[in-house]
Amino acid sequence: MNFARRFLAIQGESRHKLRFLERVNKRTRNLLMIKVAGLTKTYAGVSAIQGLDFTVTKGEIVGFLGPNGAGKSTTMRILSCFMPATSGTASVAGFDVATQSREVRSRVGYMPENVALYPEMRVQEYLEYRAALKGVRGRRNRQRVNAVKELCSLRDVETKLIGALSKGYRQRVGIADALVNDPDLLILDEPTIGLDPNQIRQVRQLIRDLGKRHTILLSTHILSEVEMICSRVLIINRGRIAASDTAENLVGRVRTAGGVTAEIRAEADELQGALVALTGVRRADVVPMDDGWMECTLRTDAEHDPREEVARLAAARGWPLRALGREQVSLERVFAAITQAEEM
Amino acid sequence: MNFFTLLRREIRAYFLSPVAWVVLFFFLLMTGFNFYAGVAALNRGPSEVTVVEAFFNTIFFWFGFILVIPLITMRLFSEEYKMGTIESLMTAPVRDSHVVFAKYGGALFFFIVLWLPSLLYFMVFSRVTKLAAAGASGPFLGAYSMLLLIGMFYLSIGCLASALTRNQIIAAIMSFSMITLLFFMGLLTFFILNITATLREMTSYFSALEHMGEASRGIFDSRPLVFYLSLTAIFLFLTFHVFQSRRWRN
Repeated sequence: MNFARRFLAIQGESRHKLRFLERVNKRTRNLLMIKVAGLTKTYAGVSAIQGLDFTVTKGEIVGFLGPNGAGKSTTMRILSCFMPATSGTASVAGFDVATQSREVRSRVGYMPENVALYPEMRVQEYLEYRAALKGVRGRRNRQRVNAVKELCSLRDVETKLIGALSKGYRQRVGIADALVNDPDLLILDEPTIGLDPNQIRQVRQLIRDLGKRHTILLSTHILSEVEMICSRVLIINRGRIAASDTAENLVGRVRTAGGVTAEIRAEADELQGALVALTGVRRADVVPMDDGWMECTLRTDAEHDPREEVARLAAARGWPLRALGREQVSLERVFAAITQAEEM
Repeated sequence: MNFFTLLRREIRAYFLSPVAWVVLFFFLLMTGFNFYAGVAALNRGPSEVTVVEAFFNTIFFWFGFILVIPLITMRLFSEEYKMGTIESLMTAPVRDSHVVFAKYGGALFFFIVLWLPSLLYFMVFSRVTKLAAAGASGPFLGAYSMLLLIGMFYLSIGCLASALTRNQIIAAIMSFSMITLLFFMGLLTFFILNITATLREMTSYFSALEHMGEASRGIFDSRPLVFYLSLTAIFLFLTFHVFQSRRWRN
């Protein structure tokens, strides 16, 4: 008797809870495209990602940045329902990737890291097949296939066998495939890898255009790419989110800790002494180059830009100056800066 | 329906690859020779067997039959695993069961296509000879439906083997050894001398040779029908689970 009442009470409560959750879900469904909580994946005891938490709002272009093996692809594969997580939850457009997998899959356009296509099919045929597979049939099939062909500039290869296409075209077929059902969310795993500079520019432009209508999650290990395309950056390191910020802020954070490089012909010790004496310079490294010039690297305070002073100094002393610039911010430096900040 | 989209692709995949045409070519050569040999045997004098029986109960027939199954099925799943196309396939909103059935259906379709030309042989034979026995529908229906039944079962074995590995050669070896083992189970009893009659009788129930022998004489038996259909179902069920488990294993 007691047991029965308790049982009913639990049932009742859970039903209320469920209804509440559904209501919350409905409200947030419009806003949150991706919601990841405590996502962990281990491969044979080795963890690829550990307790990942992040959200992506509708309309964002989010860059997933990290070195190889940081867990980018693993996260994307879980989000696209290719593999399950070991623990934790992930949902796309309000649908859980584990329990409502087909709902998720019909709303996601996923381009894997290695775009694998059927080499014996023609481009047109392949896109029609993929569209049909994703539930785009009849007249809409033709419309959508035409639209993505136009978008990805595949018109001139539509009758070619996929096996005969160059890497750049294959990549574009992959993107076209991801787009063909007009998905809410695009997941692109290293979309520009293996392309030549021209193609990279085209693909980046394409992604930027797509960002006007779709939510995009893309991964890369090229920092400038993220700067150019993304509205927000998630930095992932050793299976954890190390930072989440806009690209400008992130790069800004690193720039301030960065420095200035110059190439000057002068006597090393004298040069070093003069450079350190400049305002805001904390450290100056002078390294002789092969041709008798000196390569100088300056570490500065955040608020100072000593380039003008360096130029004036060289002019005053009569030292020839052939290069002066800000240090290129590399991903390694972003990483160093961010992971160091974390440790401190 | 997603299933038909998948099935269409599977069937096309066969005819777009050179392997299928090579298989088809040599298979036709083999069945053609087999038919010729059967007719030649009948020409030697009065015989108790019909041309249907002579065609479906020779070593050429069985050799071709058993050899061709792994060739048809080995690529089904292994190729997708190896090429990585499985990733784009499984991230599309498809059901795992549809994928398995479509792949099996594609293989079965190709298997049927392989045997279609042999119908022509018999049509020509009965037209030319005008023998009543050559045109009898019983042995015909029996032999071809038994062909389909055994084929369905062996193809499901091949399906399972392909779902297990990303290497097509391994898939072919696995299915080939499994099928030959099953096939020769009935024959093995003849080599074992100290075997009881009941055991020998039991193994004969599993013997494809026995089944085909009866069917090609026009005898209908429901036992092989149940036997092959249920085994096919079991192997497809296993394939489905193996295929699904790949998701959870890695």
